[in-house]
Amino acid sequence: MTENPVTTTIAARPASTDTAALARAYREARARRAKRAGLLKHIFLILTSLIMIYPLIWMISASFKPDNQIFGSLSLWPQTFDWDNYGQGWNALSVSFTRFFLNSTLVTVLSVIGNVISCSFAGYAFARLEFTGKNIWFALMMMTLMVPYHVVLIPQYLLFLNLGWVNTYLPLIVPKFLAGEAFFIFLMIQFFRQLPRELDEAAMIDGCSPFKIYWAIIMPLSLPAMATAAIFSFIWTWEDFLGPLVYLNKVEDYTVPLALRMFLSQDGASQYGPMFAMSILSILPIFLFFIIFQRLIIRGIAMSGLK
Amino acid sequence: MRTTEGPYAMEKFFRRNFAGYAFLAPWLIGFFLLAIGPILASLWLSFTKYNIVRPPQWIGLDNYIYMFEFDDRFKKALQVTFSFVVISVPAKLIFALGVAMALDKGIRAIGWYRALFYLPSILGGSIAVAILWRQLFNYDGVVNSALRLVGLDGPYWLADPKYSLWTLIVLAVWQFGSPMLIFLAGLRAIPQELYEAAEIDAAGPVRKFFAITVPLLAPVIFFNLVLQMIEAFKSFSGAFIISGGSGAPLDSLLFFTVYLYDEAFSYLRMGYASALAWVLLLIIAAFTAIAFWTSKYWVHYENERG
Repeated sequence: MTENPVTTTIAARPASTDTAALARAYREARARRAKRAGLLKHIFLILTSLIMIYPLIWMISASFKPDNQIFGSLSLWPQTFDWDNYGQGWNALSVSFTRFFLNSTLVTVLSVIGNVISCSFAGYAFARLEFTGKNIWFALMMMTLMVPYHVVLIPQYLLFLNLGWVNTYLPLIVPKFLAGEAFFIFLMIQFFRQLPRELDEAAMIDGCSPFKIYWAIIMPLSLPAMATAAIFSFIWTWEDFLGPLVYLNKVEDYTVPLALRMFLSQDGASQYGPMFAMSILSILPIFLFFIIFQRLIIRGIAMSGLK
Repeated sequence: MRTTEGPYAMEKFFRRNFAGYAFLAPWLIGFFLLAIGPILASLWLSFTKYNIVRPPQWIGLDNYIYMFEFDDRFKKALQVTFSFVVISVPAKLIFALGVAMALDKGIRAIGWYRALFYLPSILGGSIAVAILWRQLFNYDGVVNSALRLVGLDGPYWLADPKYSLWTLIVLAVWQFGSPMLIFLAGLRAIPQELYEAAEIDAAGPVRKFFAITVPLLAPVIFFNLVLQMIEAFKSFSGAFIISGGSGAPLDSLLFFTVYLYDEAFSYLRMGYASALAWVLLLIIAAFTAIAFWTSKYWVHYENERG
């Protein structure tokens, strides 16, 4: 690959050749090489994506297999296709998965609403309003990005324990209404800053208060940012494990991830099929969200470096 | 100039700040009650012995002394976590950059590739995937079946402390999607003319990579490095599920966060767990500070050159 098209062309032709021909030769060589590299790239990318996606497809196929066919084989096609694992899995634990899915839905929906409202409020204040101490608060907000949840976990737990909130959903939901997710605030700020300031100023001259401006101008214009925050908030809350693990102790209160874990702690390891079936169902909502909102998700990451 | 004086000063001050603080109010309450309050409370708790049943009892530095002098599990947890961070973060970033470079420059079907590569990052944090991982690395699971195809006899990945951490490293690298997307955005920003000029100067692909891509991408690499490092120090559920909640086998999966959870909620040693939490906070702060400090030497931003 060290051979260079330009130098070889130059060597092959007398120095009197016009530059147009030289440029054409250079472009052709470049295109040829690009084509060859393109093919190699596609082979590399296709192989990589197959390896990447293989575990997920394997799990789907395992969810249709009887237990004795799951292990010891790489095959992705079940010999017998049956839905029994889904029916069994749904009722395999002491409480039905209907309950777990309802619990998860409740926590997730309220969390999403809380996150979007409170984080867009904070984002609006930081991006558009002037007030004393703004820069200090902003710096502190950015610092909370670095603090691991484990550091605040114990005092938060003690606080909620004293409030009598353990074994309720309040510790999982109320913090979301208090703009705890600095990433979303940051995302909102980035988005609000792109909106033309003239809009606010014109509205202000017309006598609008900051509240009216938020409600009538900023909010309708920033639906993409709010949707992005809502999607990520949905995914993270739906997948959240540590919060429910700490705060929920009764099986009938469990969210889906906690319920899934019960498959592992049960004795008698003959539950693999049902376990995979429920695992598939648990990630199905996230998968569908991803398919539908792919564009928003990918732009959101590029914009703010979200996880 | 009577704007800052007189009877209207207070009202004016109030009026100027009212809207800002009104919108900031939820965050401010959350910040004091759920962030800075708990951070300080956990610092105080770290100097006490506290099991919830009896009130906290001040014991000075005893928690920290015990931790560094006698606690072998703490040392093991540090060692496991550092190994995980030091191996998984660079591996993930190299992989993410490699794929991003292959995807750059308008390759066909880029949307499909991007979606496929990002999918694991979106599902990767779920318990479903952690459960799947446990089964993939079973002795007669998929990984060993694949190894058998090429004539290798795979180890007991999950039972052998020599190999168990690799399962989590692979899980982390598998989720290379978000740094990849960020790299992709960064690569787009590099002017194409630079590469063309380098080609005319007969630079090969390796030379182009180190002379153009790396220096111009340095801010993005740095951003991804810091973000992924913090993320790796914080990771919990994968290790918790795969190790069965205890860091088994032989504490080889005892991530710092898993140890902390175990101390706090299995043994109710809230004081000691708080001390662990503060050590974790300081470690992350130190690593981030080191990254920022060294970045002077290898990260140069576009607008400060010249």
